[in-house]
Amino acid sequence: MPEMTLVEAIRQAMDEEMARDERVFIVGEDVGKRGGVFRATLGLYEKYGPERVIDSPLAEASIVGVGIGAALYGMRPICEIQFADFIFPAFNQIVNEAARMCYRSNGEWCVPLVIRAPYGGGIGGGLYHSQSVEAFFAHVPGLKVVIPSNPYDAKGLLKSAVRDPNPVLFLEPKKGYRLLRGEVPTEDYVVPIGPARVTRPGRDISLFAYGMMHYYALQAAEMVAAEGIEVEVVDLRTLAPVDRTTILESVRKTGKALIVHEDNLTGGYGAEIAALIAEEAFEALDAPVRRLCGPDVPGVPFSHPMQDWFMPNAPKIAAALRALAAY
Amino acid sequence: MATPVIMPQLGESVVEGTVLRWLKQPGETVAEFEPLLEVSTDKVDSEVPSPASGVVLQILVPTGQTVRAGTVLAWIGAAGEALGGEEAPAVSPAPAEAPAAPTASPLTPGRNRDLGFISPVVARLAREHNLDLRQIKGTGEGGRITKKDVLRYLERQPTPTPETPAAWETPGEGDLFRPTEDVPSAAPSAPPPAEAKERLIPLTPMRQKIAERLSYSARTIPHVTTVMEADLKRVVAHYTAHKPLFARDGVNLTYTAYFALAAVAALRAYPLLNASWTEEGIRVYETINLGIAVSLGDEGLVVPVIRQAEGLSLLGMARAINDLAARARGRRLTPDDLQGGTFTITNHGVGGSLFATPIILPPQCAILGVGKITPRPVVIEDAIAIRPMVYLSLTFDHRILDGAVADAFLSKIVQTLQTWPEA
Repeated sequence: MPEMTLVEAIRQAMDEEMARDERVFIVGEDVGKRGGVFRATLGLYEKYGPERVIDSPLAEASIVGVGIGAALYGMRPICEIQFADFIFPAFNQIVNEAARMCYRSNGEWCVPLVIRAPYGGGIGGGLYHSQSVEAFFAHVPGLKVVIPSNPYDAKGLLKSAVRDPNPVLFLEPKKGYRLLRGEVPTEDYVVPIGPARVTRPGRDISLFAYGMMHYYALQAAEMVAAEGIEVEVVDLRTLAPVDRTTILESVRKTGKALIVHEDNLTGGYGAEIAALIAEEAFEALDAPVRRLCGPDVPGVPFSHPMQDWFMPNAPKIAAALRALAAY
Repeated sequence: MATPVIMPQLGESVVEGTVLRWLKQPGETVAEFEPLLEVSTDKVDSEVPSPASGVVLQILVPTGQTVRAGTVLAWIGAAGEALGGEEAPAVSPAPAEAPAAPTASPLTPGRNRDLGFISPVVARLAREHNLDLRQIKGTGEGGRITKKDVLRYLERQPTPTPETPAAWETPGEGDLFRPTEDVPSAAPSAPPPAEAKERLIPLTPMRQKIAERLSYSARTIPHVTTVMEADLKRVVAHYTAHKPLFARDGVNLTYTAYFALAAVAALRAYPLLNASWTEEGIRVYETINLGIAVSLGDEGLVVPVIRQAEGLSLLGMARAINDLAARARGRRLTPDDLQGGTFTITNHGVGGSLFATPIILPPQCAILGVGKITPRPVVIEDAIAIRPMVYLSLTFDHRILDGAVADAFLSKIVQTLQTWPEA
């Protein structure tokens, strides 16, 4: 199995799906000749031509709107939002149209649409190129929200997303595009949307994370393992629908839970996990459910010391784990 | 200064309890933490330890009476100590007058003056294992008792099940499974209150263990049962012909041996049934350790294990079952005999049951239930014949298996039994 980066795995997934199914096409800003600002679609324009890799105007509502229309017509569009920060002009299309269509038409119409969007900070992107938007969308019934943490899952989950009859928001941790590496099979495979994965078993604390934070979660678990704290790391992979079984099984085993995301704390996705644990596993708890999240400020700061202050990282997670272990 | 004995709150939603039995009478000496009385609630029975060393000065709540948590049950003090006026009021039946913070209750989640914060899981473990948390040293923040502290404490306690002398069944006529006659259980130590139309059977350690394991199984394993029937004509013929031959070798041949052998053949063909679900993956065992459920009548049920059953002939299997029977009869089963099973057979048919849906013994994948062998009319091609028929039910862990594999496995058992060689 060749080793590749996260962005290479994503590119390969799209390449293979386009080769497999001629209904699959890509639409987004600079996805064509330029190959995307992160090079996720590099070479696909040359391979599949301008009719299947379409450079769009800078108008996110129309990128998604075109995608919805094409999907209703029987196509399998992959819409790229250049940065998740720019997704909000398309919010109405996604929430009011894509997510509701199947329900609204009593199952007669479905929207097999994938929206890819790089998200997250730590890359010096400042307020408009660093946001985490998952909480807004995980709230919406009818929409699936997927966040891979490694190249293998990224390829398998993106292929599942393309083949899924429902709209899927596929959020890619952009800091990990070239940092996250791993072995990826060259043959066709899928990773199902839904199941979380226990990436490190442990009996003392359950640590829930996704995307880039999962990478730091594993590092932090390794740091505190030397001190005798056995952390079970769970990569959520899919935020909607969320894998309640795996989450609850883990907490029932460990009795303690820490949830990490870089999106800011209040109303963040971690609150949903914390509430689930409190409701369903209360009698298994040996400590308060804790969250380690970005601070409640209006954006990831541009200044590097301030960005470091904002972002959760392995030492910050390790400190939270130590506090929870000592509780 | 006399110390009150207070009715503990034995669970979050348990607000009252019944005095089952006083273990000390007025005038008797009692040590701190020594069991003083037994109380019963709708959820749990528990011993209440004495909160202080001294003499039982006065018992305020007699056996059989139900009172609210927080009620003063008795007074402990120095010999001859007089009780002050404020210590006189006994029963507090009025719910309006909420009892003072139940300082004697070790089990209430929340702030507790003696023990520090009791987390939900610690409260639950204490309730499930009937623990007095004051005996456990806390190592958490501010000396709080953590889940780990409780688990460590439980690990140090001797496991009661294996060494408890049980009234072993005497297997008669080669059958391990027939329940014994009613074993008279120890007479209840206190007569039930006259008005109560019920009686309370105290939980033996074995009953508690069974309850714990079966509840765990039912709670965590998605059970599915599939049922098939088998025509035992050939097995019965073989059994009839070979029973005297085996007897000459000192082996008592039973039908159980045939079902066991058929199960082994099917387990070899479908190793996924000889497996355990774990978080890392499905653990498939190469060795087949066959558990055979043995009823002990009222006492409960044990499942001794035939190790490496895959190497056994019919003679060997019959001999292994005889050996378990003999050792059960002689109360010589060791804890090792009861561990390490990878698949279980239960013969509920001896009680007349046609088919049942047994519960899996974790961490096993499946359990085979054998019903009563009974002559029934069956259609064979265009004719109706009377054949010795049996229902076989297979309960399996649906996380490991899907119905197709389970049915293929059960078909293999049926096929093995129906094509039993004549020789």
